[in-house]
Amino acid sequence: MTSIVKPKIAHPSLPKNELGLTRRGYEGTMSTLCAGCGHDSITAAIVEACWGLSMRPEQLVKLSGIGCSSKTTAYFVSGAHGFNGVHGRMPSIAAGANAANRELTYIGISGDGDSLSIGLGQLAHAIRRNVNMLYVIENNGVYGLTKGQFSASADIGTKSKKGEANLQSPVDPVLLALTLGASFVARSFSGDKAQLVPLLQAGLRHQGFALIDVLSPCVTFNDHEGSTKSYAFTREHYHAAVEADFVPRASEIAVDYAPGESKVVGLHDGSHVRLKKLDGGYDPSDRAAAYSYIERKLKDGEYVTGLIHAGDGSASELHAVNQTAATPLNRLPYERLTPGAAALGKLMARYR
Amino acid sequence: MDPTDTGQPDYFHQVVDCQWACPAHTDVPEYIRLIAQGRFGDAYLVNRESNVFPGILGRVCDRPCEPACRRGRVEAKPVAICRLKRVAADHREDVSDRLPKAPPRGNGKHVACIGAGPASLTVANDLLPLGYDVTIFEQFGLTGGLMRTNIPAFRLPGAVLDEEIGAIVDMGAQLKLNTPVESLKALLASGRFDAVFVGSGAPKGKELRLPGRDDSSRIHIGIDWLHSIAFGHTEKIGERVLIIGVGNTAMDCCRSSLRLGATDVKVMARKSRQFFKASEWELEDAESEGVEIVVNHAPKAFVIEAGRLTGMRFEVLEYQVDGSRIVGERVVGERVFPCDDVILAIGQENAFPWIERDLGIEFDKWQVPKVDIATFQSTRPGVFFGGDAAFGPKNIIWAVEHGHQAAISVHRHCQGLPVAERPARGVTLASRKMGLHEWSYKNDYNPAERRLVPHVGLAERFKKIKIEVELGFTAEQIALEVERCLNCDIQTVFAAPLCIECDACIDICPVDCLTITANGTEAELGARLKAPRRDPKAQLYVSASLKQTGRVMVKDEDLCVHCGLCAERCPTAAWDMQKSTVHIPHASDDEAPCQHPSTRQSA
Repeated sequence: MTSIVKPKIAHPSLPKNELGLTRRGYEGTMSTLCAGCGHDSITAAIVEACWGLSMRPEQLVKLSGIGCSSKTTAYFVSGAHGFNGVHGRMPSIAAGANAANRELTYIGISGDGDSLSIGLGQLAHAIRRNVNMLYVIENNGVYGLTKGQFSASADIGTKSKKGEANLQSPVDPVLLALTLGASFVARSFSGDKAQLVPLLQAGLRHQGFALIDVLSPCVTFNDHEGSTKSYAFTREHYHAAVEADFVPRASEIAVDYAPGESKVVGLHDGSHVRLKKLDGGYDPSDRAAAYSYIERKLKDGEYVTGLIHAGDGSASELHAVNQTAATPLNRLPYERLTPGAAALGKLMARYR
Repeated sequence: MDPTDTGQPDYFHQVVDCQWACPAHTDVPEYIRLIAQGRFGDAYLVNRESNVFPGILGRVCDRPCEPACRRGRVEAKPVAICRLKRVAADHREDVSDRLPKAPPRGNGKHVACIGAGPASLTVANDLLPLGYDVTIFEQFGLTGGLMRTNIPAFRLPGAVLDEEIGAIVDMGAQLKLNTPVESLKALLASGRFDAVFVGSGAPKGKELRLPGRDDSSRIHIGIDWLHSIAFGHTEKIGERVLIIGVGNTAMDCCRSSLRLGATDVKVMARKSRQFFKASEWELEDAESEGVEIVVNHAPKAFVIEAGRLTGMRFEVLEYQVDGSRIVGERVVGERVFPCDDVILAIGQENAFPWIERDLGIEFDKWQVPKVDIATFQSTRPGVFFGGDAAFGPKNIIWAVEHGHQAAISVHRHCQGLPVAERPARGVTLASRKMGLHEWSYKNDYNPAERRLVPHVGLAERFKKIKIEVELGFTAEQIALEVERCLNCDIQTVFAAPLCIECDACIDICPVDCLTITANGTEAELGARLKAPRRDPKAQLYVSASLKQTGRVMVKDEDLCVHCGLCAERCPTAAWDMQKSTVHIPHASDDEAPCQHPSTRQSA
């Protein structure tokens, strides 16, 4: 824990966004995580992403469960709404909140323990229901809060701090999301903000469930030699397949790549993601191809990063399927929200 | 870019903006921390080591440190460095037993100092402890030079001068008051001195040759007039006074007038405010006492009626200004200001009628001696100049630094060493880490605004010319003002081999002064920083290549507030907060360069 609060003063020439806010306007309270934690870098990337989107702080809803990662919602956009749920149960709260108010932007922050162990069922169903949210997994391969046991995302052969090797096969969140039909799947690294920030922005603007698995080294329990999720190992083994560039709405899409090298994916609010293929032949719109590519690379010990799969999720999205009210429930008149005993009687009569 | 060499003494010195800007390189953050701890005597001695006259300078220094202060870059106002110096002087305990002393036996060398102003006194201060026999010749009956004769007592009380000058003279200088040197030739020919230091100041006020100049006794030269007040010869002035010129002497003249009976005092300025020479705070003080400053008026003639000065005629000017430069001017009218007295305060110069021109001391076409800017030696070996006598009017703190440098030269000259070879500067670093998140300095940023020094009430202060206007900070004000110092001497020191590029420091830095990026040329790299580079001249630290990606850590020193959060958030201690002590050599350091000059305990 840091001894002092970050001073409120700022660089006088910090750029301002459309709302007249600098990055500093999107910060939260001081982090209490270990110094050097990857999660703090992701927090900084989220700050940058929200600032870049000129998002009104009160437009954002931050949701999390339990774990080091889940603490981080306190460290960004202090003006946003927030809900810190039970361990692994954040997806249901997100789905409920989303059903009640579709006008807000939802960001769920979770970890490999919260999402791939205790909350795996919850995550799977949030993907299946296609809840309109950005779901960030801060993935470090260990249970940091309980002193570094292997988590469900620990790779086979990775070593614990004491030198013990992991023998169980990992759950890979990217493969999981592809299997369950997620329409936006990406992987990134906490140490690469140039890649992560545009992915976060695209994910926040994606219609439907967007999952970003962010490799985020645990500096205290998983940054040693022999670990496959340390800073050094990740840097050596991460492989950017697609470079994604977020193009805000109403901006011109400059094409500076040779045809066939780049691809533009439209997002529902009019903004775009411009993809630059770094690995010849890789097509992020082809789910099956993406799956086999990732699987193959994982076997080679390489983390493929970038926007791995992007499709159109709007048709199967929670609201479309369930025909929810377009108006947020808190703005519906009381009579429509609770139509009374007579209306209930009428409804029940249909099932008799 | 090549990795920055932070071992070079000037690198970290420049980060301490106040110390770098101070001609005498006073260790400001160090004395402010000592004040914060209530160690006023220690704070005084830290000051005295470099600026010799903390009590005097704490009142009247031109404070080049304050415009340079880092706090002024992140907030409206800098730290009140100068007035904190006064705090150290006013509240110090008896430190007389810790002041330098002359050794019981001298070294047999004799040095003459001409003039008893700050430059000569500094030479004496530096040489007496080394065993020199120093004789100070002063033409008037009091010491201090222009500090006493030109700075009014309501800004600088005589007792403060007496005390600090006494500390030097009492080491054993031979003080010859009322002894003007009338011939340098005779002095040199006497063979009594191994070296001569000329610190005779710039005692000649500039004239303004305009019609009517010689027709009235009510037209005064500013510095002469202030001098006659200091010596008690002038006690009155007319009700309406015009001051010509708008430098710091003009400010002293107008405020002195108010205390000698004037009720309507105008300072007549040729240009507009942005071109004024006077320090902003001196202008403020004068205006708060009711002095009117009239801009864009150029003097044309003295108006003499029936042999009596009745006013002064001015041309009213209009300027075309391009940014901070005047590109054209035109006369738009003429105006007469009635007055009883006129005081000319348009500058001063040095004058050497007593130096014969056949001594091997070369003068330039303006009759200014040719003086080496590093050694302060004239073209005649063994004769040195310093203070205003060397390069024309500057201010006290410059005179002190000239004195220090000249003392080194005198010392080397008397030992038969080449004066052009100067003792080297150095810098030492020591970690301030005490524990996981504990530092032996207060790194929390205090948002307090600059404190204002309380003044004596307007009616009260005009009663006598010797009433000191500024009262000095109260205890509460001191406690807050010291917290405003950012501790720029607690440096962020980076060890590239330890960095794992986790970005923690980048993310936490409140002023976004850190960036990890690919190396490049300075211009190109400077354009890729996390926050735009504000000052292209500000220092850029570039590390060696980092282990994992080969990128470099870049720090823009410009706005760092030395909060230490980078070091607190660094998991590998690649960043550390280390106190830099810049070693500025004085004459006493020249003999044993291996020894650390200071035995004081740092704060």
